[in-house]
Amino acid sequence: MILGIDVGGTHTDAVLIDHTGVLKKTKVPTDDGNLLSSLLAVTSALADGDMTGRMERVVLSSTLSTNAIVQNRVDRVGMMVISGPGIAPSALNIPQDTHFLSGYVNHRGAQVLDIDPAEAAQVCHRFRAEGIGQVGIVGKFSPRNPGHELRLKAMVEPGVRHVTVGHRLSGHLNFPRRIATAYLNEAVWNRYSGFVREVLRFIRERTPGIPVYILKADGGTFDIGQSLEFPVQTILSGPAASIMGILALTNCSTDAIALDIGGTTTDISLFADGVPLFEPIGVTIEGHQTLIRGLRTASIGIGGDSAVRVRSGLLTIGPEREGPAAAFGGPLPTPTDAMVVLGLAAVGDPVRAAAALRPVSSALACPVEQAAEMIYRETCRRIAARIRDVIGEINDRPVYTIHEMLQDRRISPRHLYVVGGPAGSMAAELGRLLGCEPHIPEHAEVANAVGAALARTTVETTLLADTERGLLTVSEEGYQTRIPPRFSAADAIRIGTDRLVEKALRMGTDPADTEIEVVEVQEFNMVRGFMTTGKNIRVKLQIKPGSIAGYSVGGAPC
Amino acid sequence: MLKKEKRTGVIFFPAFDWAISPNHPEREERLLYTQDQVFEEGLLDFPNILEFKPRVARAADIARAHICVPDVASVTTESHLISAGGAIAAADKVLSGTVDNAFALVRPPGHHAMLVVHGARGFCNVNIEAIMIEYIRKHYGPKRIAVVDTDCHHGDGTQDIYWNDPDTLCISMHQDGRTLYPGTGFTDEIGGPNALGATINIPLPPRTSDEGFLMALDRVILPILDEFRPDLVINSAGQDNHYTDPITNMRISAQGYALLNERLAPHIAVLEGGYSIEAALPYVNVGIILAMAGLDYSRVREPDYDPAALRQSAEITRAVEEVSHGVMTLWRNRRSLKKNLVGQAAALKRRKSIHYDTDGISERQEETVRICDDCGGMVAVESAADTGNRILAVILPGRCCPACRSEGERLFERTGRGRYDRIYLQDRERDLYLEK
Repeated sequence: MILGIDVGGTHTDAVLIDHTGVLKKTKVPTDDGNLLSSLLAVTSALADGDMTGRMERVVLSSTLSTNAIVQNRVDRVGMMVISGPGIAPSALNIPQDTHFLSGYVNHRGAQVLDIDPAEAAQVCHRFRAEGIGQVGIVGKFSPRNPGHELRLKAMVEPGVRHVTVGHRLSGHLNFPRRIATAYLNEAVWNRYSGFVREVLRFIRERTPGIPVYILKADGGTFDIGQSLEFPVQTILSGPAASIMGILALTNCSTDAIALDIGGTTTDISLFADGVPLFEPIGVTIEGHQTLIRGLRTASIGIGGDSAVRVRSGLLTIGPEREGPAAAFGGPLPTPTDAMVVLGLAAVGDPVRAAAALRPVSSALACPVEQAAEMIYRETCRRIAARIRDVIGEINDRPVYTIHEMLQDRRISPRHLYVVGGPAGSMAAELGRLLGCEPHIPEHAEVANAVGAALARTTVETTLLADTERGLLTVSEEGYQTRIPPRFSAADAIRIGTDRLVEKALRMGTDPADTEIEVVEVQEFNMVRGFMTTGKNIRVKLQIKPGSIAGYSVGGAPC
Repeated sequence: MLKKEKRTGVIFFPAFDWAISPNHPEREERLLYTQDQVFEEGLLDFPNILEFKPRVARAADIARAHICVPDVASVTTESHLISAGGAIAAADKVLSGTVDNAFALVRPPGHHAMLVVHGARGFCNVNIEAIMIEYIRKHYGPKRIAVVDTDCHHGDGTQDIYWNDPDTLCISMHQDGRTLYPGTGFTDEIGGPNALGATINIPLPPRTSDEGFLMALDRVILPILDEFRPDLVINSAGQDNHYTDPITNMRISAQGYALLNERLAPHIAVLEGGYSIEAALPYVNVGIILAMAGLDYSRVREPDYDPAALRQSAEITRAVEEVSHGVMTLWRNRRSLKKNLVGQAAALKRRKSIHYDTDGISERQEETVRICDDCGGMVAVESAADTGNRILAVILPGRCCPACRSEGERLFERTGRGRYDRIYLQDRERDLYLEK
């Protein structure tokens, strides 16, 4: 039995799932000031009796780190940045308390200029003097050579509470994002650690020894203890929970669109052959472009409660929400009111809904029903147009090989999954507009909790073998080892697979869920002076997001 | 340093699965380290730097710029179509106003590919700039276009394609042809009789550094561009003038390239050669992208950059001054040269031997251009290669005058196959391509 809990911005959902499907579900309002009270409310609603013996795991998805960043409730972070030549520091969007240090590693991972220990010692001293307890250390090309970061870490660590080194965050090359990601990891670290301690105390009191997982932005989980090192991995896990929920509830295995229609916005995500699509490099939060691997979502500022207005004779919907729908006592007409008037939704007070639409109908010089129809169609049309744009962007993404260019794999969804309040009223029309078969999954109202409950542990790793230098680097682990000249891509995949499985088990994966996918393998002859001097081999491996083995809550696969 | 930021498009297509041969400089690895550097610097995250996908050029796009023997499919592979398609995508983004300028960081290169193509020479099969230029004219109307070729090797292919076109200014600045492939590009090569001055060559002595490079830019290229008043400036952005390039002898740095791009301000830059793939390309390309986007490039430098060691001698400075002066004298006198060159002749012939070093083909060519004061002049090219192919091509220029048109059409219609394997008509004005 699995307990899945999604602590969202407005609601906290929870489900109890076993091998036969969803056993129980509940939904309570989230108490932002006291997340534990929400946890207590849902657990007591679901687990009334004793379930210690039968519970296998608890999985959480939480907005804590997202909210901390959005609401700027973050700690002061000291940053040590080894920039080297290249982009000017003035062009970087750097946090306060950033100190640039000398040192230079090039794109091959070779040290061109060493760090200056005296200079570094001064910065460490300054952090201590200013009471800075959390530190991020980021070097350019550190995934290729973590040496500078590790040495600085050893120097600064004794005087501070916690340190993040850039190369551990991602194997992707992107120095500005590495800075932002290390900064955010430290900025939320303290608050997040406190939250985890409280959650663990709460759960352990009730079900001692039970594994507890938390959801990441990429739709995978990891052991909550492991998450203490990388709290930034949990940002934007809300949309990921929703996507993973839809995946679990539908057994989707084709190209498909998933929509979560909320009050203010509609979130759009896509599946290719049943696998959710990732952001190309990492997610963006509050203007911070990060290296956090995350599921690709796009939003449009239109939802059931969007304010409907007529401006210079033109109907506008959203992007602002001025309150609930008029049918629920809100101040302005909304798409929900239009659907109530049209008889598509049996919620709220239809008299209030119709009354709210009257100014719109007079501004448009048409009967109320016709105004409602126009609002409804315009709402669906705008959402469908945005979905088409998103699909276009994905299909236009650059590729770097002739093979991919000619293969030209394009997403062409034929299925549309809709969750959220207005799902039932809008799915059919959206499906018609998009040429997709519409589906509303069962248990859609607790999709996020289901998604969290059933998400498997995801991990990835990036290897670079440079046989000219005789060096293998596993970026995210800061691991380097000597390799022989005849080292091959197959060797790299073998070593990468071993290390990935090891890492996955450490992160808390079930051995049944360690199916490894080779995301990328490239092998280049290195030629210098018309002589082949070595090979440059690049391998990326992952355990991709999906539902854990042995559980099924969904309908028939489509 | 406050600069005006521009919206810059980048079309990056490293063709990680294509090489001329495993050990060839034009191989899979060529843009690998450039990719690493561009990604690590986070350039593609800047809000004013936008990455776009190339397209695949069609045979019709190639036929606007070349006479391919026997046909387009025989002398191109997918890689060439994508490389040309990358340049076309860059042009589309600029001309549609999506971006202010764009850089097609694509391979394989193209600037040694001439009008008639029997195979590959200088690592090039088809001329990606010329294909792009003719695409622009077809889709966005007739334009005056300037190509500034800053590759270390003379841009002989582009020069050949536009030799008789007064509306396309081809400026090539390169290492002196007496010391480097392809052995041409001397100052007296200034274009066909109806397009004198529309070809400009600036041969620079070996070991020229940033100072000489920028001197030629300031004293020759920019003043000529000012007078020519092109609608578009295109940079054939070869990067083999770099001081670490293994097959040339110049001393230009990433800073030099960035400064050049800032001052030249091309609408479109297209990568050409450059084979110092580790020590030069990553830095030069970052410098060019930053300069095009109006961002601070002052801290871009190579690991071993030492301006003092790269400084050119006073002798080289004098040589660059002399070349610059000589070219400007020719440019100022370009209009008076025609009379002496042509006299009373109705047509002018030029004979060429062309060696395809990459494919090992020899071609002999005779080009006849009709003397015309109203357009670039009808051109007839007879070409025979040791592949056994012998062809005749009739070229009608853009803005073709009625006299040249009727003479060219008559020549195409009346010439029988006879001793030719094929006869081609390329009508650039009407975008019509016939063969028989």
